[in-house]
Amino acid sequence: MHKERRVISVIVKNEHGVLSRISGLFAGRGYNIETLTVAPIPNSSLSRLTIVTSGSHRVIEQIIKQLNKLIPVLKVIEHEELIEKEMVLAKVPLEERLSDVEALCRAYNGSIVNVGKDGIIVMIADEPTRVAHFIYALKNFNPKEIIRSGVVAIER
Amino acid sequence: MQQISGAQMVVEAMRKEGVEVVFGYPGGAIMNVYDEIYKHKYFQHILTRHEQAAVHAADGYARATGKTGVAFVTSGPGFTNAVTGLATAYTDSIPLVVISGQVPISMIGTDAFQEIDAVGISRPCTKHNFLVKDAKELPFILKEAFYLAKSGRPGPIHVDIPKDVTAQIAPFDYPDEIRLETYKPTYKGNPRQIKKAVAAIAEAKKPVFYLGGGIIRSGAAELVREFVAAAKIPAVETLMARGTLRYDDPMLLGMVGMHGTYAANMAMSEADLLIALGPRFDDRVTGKLSEFAKYAKIIHVDIDPSSIGKLVHVDYPIVGDLKKVLEEMVPLAKEQINPDRYESWREILKRYGELHPLKYEDSDKVLKPEWVIQRVGEKLKGKARISTDVGQHQMWTAQYYPFTRPNELITSGGLGTMGFGFPAAIGVKRGVQEEISINFTGDGSILMNIQELMTAVEYRLPVINIILNNNYLGMVRQWQTFFYEKRYAETDLSMQPDFVKLAESFGGIGYRVKTKEEFDEALDDAISKGVVALIDVVIDRYENVLPMVPAGGSLYNMMLEYKDEG
Repeated sequence: MHKERRVISVIVKNEHGVLSRISGLFAGRGYNIETLTVAPIPNSSLSRLTIVTSGSHRVIEQIIKQLNKLIPVLKVIEHEELIEKEMVLAKVPLEERLSDVEALCRAYNGSIVNVGKDGIIVMIADEPTRVAHFIYALKNFNPKEIIRSGVVAIER
Repeated sequence: MQQISGAQMVVEAMRKEGVEVVFGYPGGAIMNVYDEIYKHKYFQHILTRHEQAAVHAADGYARATGKTGVAFVTSGPGFTNAVTGLATAYTDSIPLVVISGQVPISMIGTDAFQEIDAVGISRPCTKHNFLVKDAKELPFILKEAFYLAKSGRPGPIHVDIPKDVTAQIAPFDYPDEIRLETYKPTYKGNPRQIKKAVAAIAEAKKPVFYLGGGIIRSGAAELVREFVAAAKIPAVETLMARGTLRYDDPMLLGMVGMHGTYAANMAMSEADLLIALGPRFDDRVTGKLSEFAKYAKIIHVDIDPSSIGKLVHVDYPIVGDLKKVLEEMVPLAKEQINPDRYESWREILKRYGELHPLKYEDSDKVLKPEWVIQRVGEKLKGKARISTDVGQHQMWTAQYYPFTRPNELITSGGLGTMGFGFPAAIGVKRGVQEEISINFTGDGSILMNIQELMTAVEYRLPVINIILNNNYLGMVRQWQTFFYEKRYAETDLSMQPDFVKLAESFGGIGYRVKTKEEFDEALDDAISKGVVALIDVVIDRYENVLPMVPAGGSLYNMMLEYKDEG
């Protein structure tokens, strides 16, 4: 069956156990979570979760319905036209060609954010496919650690 | 404002909600609440002998009365024992509020004595749950619990209260009404969809009513009867919908699914339109999905949007309370539907019914379970509530008992919980004391909550347990017969207690019967004495439940006969 990738935003009441309720729903029904980000919405008692998931049309439909069924869920937004960003933090040794690293970061909306005695830390924020390209390119500079965030998304 | 303890708030909330009975079992973490129960006699507390039974009893009470059932249990093992009850009620959409004690907040997460992550465990088997962190929140949470249990698609709500919260003093301002920003069930069906659905029925040639448990839960049975009578469209019932139509309704084809009648299953298989009122397309009903009702368009009415289109494609989805939807739908249907249109379809199904009726071979040498159930039906139909446990006896009861009204059958349909029947029947008896409470059970099932004989005797709740005893874990044995080449792995239950003495030792009455006369005498005696009873009925060891659609098979491929000589 054809699998589609979907970005879903869930607005929830910011209360005890709400995240485990949502992740439990995915785990208990065997749905897939690719990434998940969550943070409070400023000046409100709500939080916003952004979930990237994949599945057949029917599975996605069930995910939306089941999310809507949870009591603390205020709203489920299925994104169609959206801007997605992911963030990467990476540590690169000092002995690498740092000017090349910096140029690479700039190409992906990023920069060097810290310089320490063993290495530098770089940060980029870009679309998920471009993030993958960045990580691929960064491998040339022997990064010691690469940390990738989940997706945040906003409607166009 | 009144300043009272968390424990007192629990008791006061019960009074405000009009709770007349609580089933429960005390323990360390919930002692503060029990102390308040001791001081204030606002409701009756029934002490079961196991927490699982407390929740099943509250469940049976809720099913029989339509009210919300309430159970109190303590933390740790008290709560884990209650989980099967919660899951049972969740699967069948029964409104319950279950309150558990928890270790003090400061000790949560320390692996304290009798500590378990109760809300973590109950999350997937409740409609919603709460861990109360402050007594100030308690009035709102308790009100919300009762509101959530009963509204929308009903279900069990679990409230976990740490011991220090029940001791904490806080203001008690119990809300009269509750409005939740994030929870707004849809009650009214979309009028355009309703119109389209009625038009589809008017155009169909071979429509079938597919009646599900939602009818019972929403109290829509009367309207369904009216609809069926006006449209003269044949109907099938799921296990959970038994009693929606009277057993002798000419439109009723019987139960559908794995142990459904030939006519009911063929009607589903050949229909061009299913009018699905509150079922959830359980696999025990649909059989192989790709073959299920494959010529039919489907109308599905359900209050839970996630239930619609979950397993099969639905052409006319209607989200709403079944009763409210039918109030709109039935008058429209009466205008537009011509019952003559389905005449030839009714004829076909009638012939299917005559070709393969439900049948068994009666015997004078050995008691047949079907005969026993029919006999109870002849004597008590419409006068008794029938609970069941889970297994062959449950299916025979669903097939052969002449149900006359909704909620006459109380059974664990979705989860199939052995041990449900007897405690549920205790709750039923407490709820409708003027009626006789019969529990059909098996020799396997009854032993799973037999300790409740003590509860039934103590509180004078005379449930009559009819054990259809074949010395087997019968349903599993039946599957082993059909699908495992008769390798009867661990299903022989020949080793049994003396049920007569067992009943007597608890203060009830026991009977062991082997003939029709003995059965009649025992049942009459138990009814006239009004006592807690076990009637141990020795039945044919080798009787199978038929027809049967093998799991995953298609509905139209039924095993109709099987001769089993052991």
